[in-house]
Amino acid sequence: MDSKLYSRSLGYAGGQGLPAPSPLEPGQVIDRFRLEEKLHVGGMAHIWRVSEVNHAGDSRLPLIMKVPRIKGGEDPATIVGFEVEQMIMPMLAGPHVPKFIAKGDFTRQPYIVMERIEGVSLRARLDEAPLAIDEVIEIGSRVATALHDLHRQHLVHLDVKPSNIMFRPDGTAVLVDFGLSRHDHLPDLLDEEFTLPMGTGPYMSPEQVQFVRNDPRSDLFALGVMLYHFTTGERPFGQPDSVRGLRRRLYMEAVPPRAIRKDCPPWLQEVIFKCLEVKAERRYQTAGQLALDLQDPSQVVLSKRAERLQGSGAIKTFKRWFFALGAEPAAAYAKTTEQLERSPIILAAVDVDNATTPLLERLRETVRRLVLMEPGARLACVSVMKTARIGMDDLVDDAGRSRHVKQLVGLKHWARPISKALNLDEGRLTFHVLEAPDAAAAITEFAQRNQVDHIVMGARGSSVLRRYLGSVSAQVLANSECTVTVVRATPGTEAAPAKPDAP
Amino acid sequence: MKTALITDLHANREAVEAVLEHARFQAVDQYVLLGDFVGYGADPGWVVDTARALVRQGAVAVMGNHDEAVVRGSSPHMRPDARHVIEWTRAHLSAEQIDWLASLPMTQQRGDHLYVHANAWMPSGWDYVHSRSEAVRSLHATDARYTFCGHMHEPKLYHVSGTGKAGDFTPTPGVPIPLPPHRQWLVIPGSAGQPRDGNPAACYAVFDDAASALTYHRVPYDYETAGNKIRAAELPQRLAARLEEGQ
Repeated sequence: MDSKLYSRSLGYAGGQGLPAPSPLEPGQVIDRFRLEEKLHVGGMAHIWRVSEVNHAGDSRLPLIMKVPRIKGGEDPATIVGFEVEQMIMPMLAGPHVPKFIAKGDFTRQPYIVMERIEGVSLRARLDEAPLAIDEVIEIGSRVATALHDLHRQHLVHLDVKPSNIMFRPDGTAVLVDFGLSRHDHLPDLLDEEFTLPMGTGPYMSPEQVQFVRNDPRSDLFALGVMLYHFTTGERPFGQPDSVRGLRRRLYMEAVPPRAIRKDCPPWLQEVIFKCLEVKAERRYQTAGQLALDLQDPSQVVLSKRAERLQGSGAIKTFKRWFFALGAEPAAAYAKTTEQLERSPIILAAVDVDNATTPLLERLRETVRRLVLMEPGARLACVSVMKTARIGMDDLVDDAGRSRHVKQLVGLKHWARPISKALNLDEGRLTFHVLEAPDAAAAITEFAQRNQVDHIVMGARGSSVLRRYLGSVSAQVLANSECTVTVVRATPGTEAAPAKPDAP
Repeated sequence: MKTALITDLHANREAVEAVLEHARFQAVDQYVLLGDFVGYGADPGWVVDTARALVRQGAVAVMGNHDEAVVRGSSPHMRPDARHVIEWTRAHLSAEQIDWLASLPMTQQRGDHLYVHANAWMPSGWDYVHSRSEAVRSLHATDARYTFCGHMHEPKLYHVSGTGKAGDFTPTPGVPIPLPPHRQWLVIPGSAGQPRDGNPAACYAVFDDAASALTYHRVPYDYETAGNKIRAAELPQRLAARLEEGQ
């Protein structure tokens, strides 16, 4: 099992004044909750199924109560971790966390009541690893999506591992256990409390080993460890139980997944290695960017390591060890969301076939300025290839395929001046031709799925066309959750039709 | 019960008006004024009268170092600027207003809340809580769970756990922070009348007993008018400029 690395020898005087809670029994009522059945006995806490007494209303959420195990009040990890979770959970919302209901403080009976997520954690699947590649990708993309949402809520989880991940019936990933987490808007009670790195040995990022607790990219390292494990059936850095063992990940490179599993695609190896970079600034900058790559592998830029079949030689490892000596993590971002704000995903929706040249130029200039402002920005250029609502899928035939390629070529041509001027490489620029009957829906859905921060698109130029076909941009504007910028060409320049060789 | 914690008002009428209006909107039922009603600003009489009215209605108030200096009068050891401000302030307060300042206690304790202007280890020494070590010193000097103090003009939150480990935190305005009662907390709301963290908006905080939650607030106010009054009163000009810069 995963072992938490805490200093357990520290006396916790604060616990001694607390009344030792009497053992809980089924049927007992605490505040407004009746204990129904003990579901789980953990090292740190017990989980009870509870019901709300005198609950009015029909929509009963299934509830659990988490009760910390206080063993004589001397265990600082349990107490502070539970305190942290009690502070953080009420701050979080959305589908990727259990809904918080109530809490009880340490002066009486400490507990947290929250929504019960049915099913078991991802922990069970570890024993089945290696999993099918498709399933690894699916898990990775769902967890990355959940992490991006939490990071946007100013939270770094800092204990991402299979036993802390569950899934709703619709497949949405849910993160649980915020006992080691850090929220930008709350005091970090753990920061000063312990003298050993905090986290779970196999998953802890190099900067966590070095006591950095505010970098959301730490969670991406942990997710990389998970993806590695699910792909290969092995842990990339073993299961260290000492700080010295933990520090090995600062210079030891993991054995390439493809050396263990031949059918691991090079792009997945590339993605995993990118998550496992020692320096956070060389990883994916946001979980959203990772999710984007997992959902569209054709866009992953492969480096030499993508194909590698063996580990680094002794000389290279020695070099890495040497440079890791005394290396301090680069100054981390002060706030979790700052990191996210610096690394937005910008979607440029480009109607390469129908838009006028002035509009395409104006659109490109608007996008250029946006990308220029944020050096960590990632640009996804999207065009929609209309398919019939009913009938044969015309993509299977050659004509369909060539239409697809033609759109892709058009998109790349449109973006060329930006990619050249801004040196957009290393996967910061991607192209996507979506095939859908409804352009607005396709753009909106793509943006949602890929955590896009900002959509930039042109208004349909001709008022005649707009009257008959409706405005795509208006629909995107109405239905998207992110910022949408609608670009118009300068009045009077509309009439010029797009030339095939433009721009 | 919701308590508004307001400190370092510094004779800034515009800031205090804005803060009180904001607090009314938060449905606050109790006011605690942590000292330094006067000094720096051009409206000492109005601020003192407003504080007295609040105290008559049940508010808690303690003395600050500027209040003490105005009560005692200037001394030759002070810098000329400071001496000038104190003499100017005395000249613009009635005897009754000065008596009220003189009557303020150094500390007040209500249940597990301690209210003091500077620190708990020697309130009349006016030492600052600059960092964690002073915060720990102050928290060790009291058995109160929550210490609320001013004197430092930047908003800050310190906490000490049962193991004696201290932490500090720079709050985000408008976000309620739960303060669990089994730790000790030292709350510095930040100055209402002369913020110094680079943000000119007035500082104060609201503590909600029922939820044990503390919310720091920043309230924009008309610092140009406050600054113009300082200039018109021929008080030191930099006192006006620092309101505009929040420095």
